[in-house]
Amino acid sequence: MSRPQQASPPGYLGQIRILLAKELTVEFRSRETAIPMAVFAAAALIAFQFSFDLRGGTLNLVAPGVLWVAIIFASLLALGRSFSREVERGSLDGLLASPIDPGALYLAKVSANVILLVVLEAVIIPLAAILFNLQLFQPTLLLTLLLGNIGIASVGTILSAISARARAREALLPIMLLPLLVPVIIAVVRATALAIDNGPWGDIQPWLAILAAYDLVFLFVSSLLFYVTVEK
Amino acid sequence: MSAERAGSSAQAIVRCAGLEKSYGQRPAIRNLDLTINVGERIALFGDNGAGKSTLLQLISGLLRPSGGGIRVFGRQPWGGEGARARAQIGTLSHQSHLYEELSARENLALYGRLYGVPDPQARADALIAEFGLTGRRVDPVRTLSRGMTQRVALMRALIHHPALLLLDEPETGLDATSRQILANHITEQETRVTVVLATHNVEMGVSLTTRDIVLRDGEIIHDSVSLGEQRTDANRRRDEVTRLVASRAS
Repeated sequence: MSRPQQASPPGYLGQIRILLAKELTVEFRSRETAIPMAVFAAAALIAFQFSFDLRGGTLNLVAPGVLWVAIIFASLLALGRSFSREVERGSLDGLLASPIDPGALYLAKVSANVILLVVLEAVIIPLAAILFNLQLFQPTLLLTLLLGNIGIASVGTILSAISARARAREALLPIMLLPLLVPVIIAVVRATALAIDNGPWGDIQPWLAILAAYDLVFLFVSSLLFYVTVEK
Repeated sequence: MSAERAGSSAQAIVRCAGLEKSYGQRPAIRNLDLTINVGERIALFGDNGAGKSTLLQLISGLLRPSGGGIRVFGRQPWGGEGARARAQIGTLSHQSHLYEELSARENLALYGRLYGVPDPQARADALIAEFGLTGRRVDPVRTLSRGMTQRVALMRALIHHPALLLLDEPETGLDATSRQILANHITEQETRVTVVLATHNVEMGVSLTTRDIVLRDGEIIHDSVSLGEQRTDANRRRDEVTRLVASRAS
C-alpha cells in the first residue's frame, strides 16, 4: 500500500462544491424528489383553483397564500428525504468519517434544497400564473422566492438532520418545521401579495429584510451546531 | 486525558484513556485504556455486543465518547476539529457508505476528492483494476452483487492511502481473490500502515495481525501486548483467543 503523494483535503468552499455536485448528481439519477414535489405542488394549485371562487379582489388576497402553501408542503418531500436517505444507506457515516467540516455538509444540503425549490417554482409559478391569471414574473417576487427558499431550506435542512435518526421522522419533521417557519410564511405571503399588486418598494422591503435576517441567523447558527444534530 | 494511563510511546497514533461510551443507560465501552503504535496490526475479537464496532467508531470519529479521552494522531477525532485526524483514517464498516445511484468509479472519485487525493479518477481506476471490477466500473452500485459492493467499500477505505485502517468484519461477502488482495494491503510492510481489524474469524485475524485484543462487555479482557506475550506462535494465539471468546458463550 504505497503512499506516493500526500493527500490534501479541500477547504470549506471546496467541500461544499464537491458535496453539492454529489447531491445534484444523485437527485438527477434517482429523480426521487423533484418530480414528486412538482406533481404535489401542481395538484395542490389545481385543487385550490377549483375549490375557491378566486375572482377580482379575492384573488390577490388568496393567491399568495395558496402559492406558498403549495411550495412549503411540497418542500417537506425534499427536506424529509434530505438526510433520511443518507442514514438509511449509511452514507452519512461515510461523510462524517471523512475529513469534511460538518458545517460544509449542512451548507451543501441547504444549497441542494434551494436548487430543488427553484426547480419546483420554475414549474409551478408559470402554472399559477395561468391558473390564477396573475402577473407573477416580477423582480421583487423573484427576490421574495429566493429569500423564502433559503429560509425554508436553512431551517428545514437542520430539522431534517435532527429527525433523520428518529423512528417517526416523517411525522416529526413537519411538527417541528411548520411552527418555526411561521415568520417566513408571514413575510413571504405579505411580500408576494405586495409584489403581485405592484406595491411600492418601501412596503415590500421590510418583509424582505425580515426574511434576509431569518435566513442569515439560521444559516449561521445551524452550520455551527450541525455536528451535534447528526452525531450518532 | 491521563497520559500515564494512555501510555507514553512517541509513536502512538491512538491513545484512549478511561474511554467510556454509553447508548442511553447501556454502557458499550467501559473505562478502556489502549495505545496503538505506528505500524501495529491489531485483531479485535469478541462476541456480539462486546464493543468492537463501537471502539472502531470512536477511533474513526463517528462517535463522541461519553467519558474519558481519546486522541488519534494527537487530536480528538470527531467534529470539525477532528478533520485532520480523519484525513489519515480509512474505515470499512458494516455499511458500504456508498451511493447506490453512482457507479463504483464515481463513488471512489467522490471520496477521493473529499480526502484530497491528487488525481482521484486515476486512483479510483487503479484500485478498481486491482480488485478486478474494471468491467463493472461505470455500473451503478445498486446493480452490483453484495461481494462486489463490499469490494468497492474496501476500495473506498483505501482511496486516500490511509495511515490508519479500521476494518469491521471486512471479510463479509468477499471472495477468495478479494480476501487475498485485502490481506496484501493489511500486511504491506513498506509504508507501515496501522491496522485495527475487528472480526469473528479468529483464523483470519491471527494470520493477518501481530497483536490480539479481546473485548467483553466493553472491557479489554486480553491484550497480547500488555500481557507481554511472544507473538511468534500463531497456533497458541488462535487457541488462546478462541478459548477467551468461547468462555463467554459457555
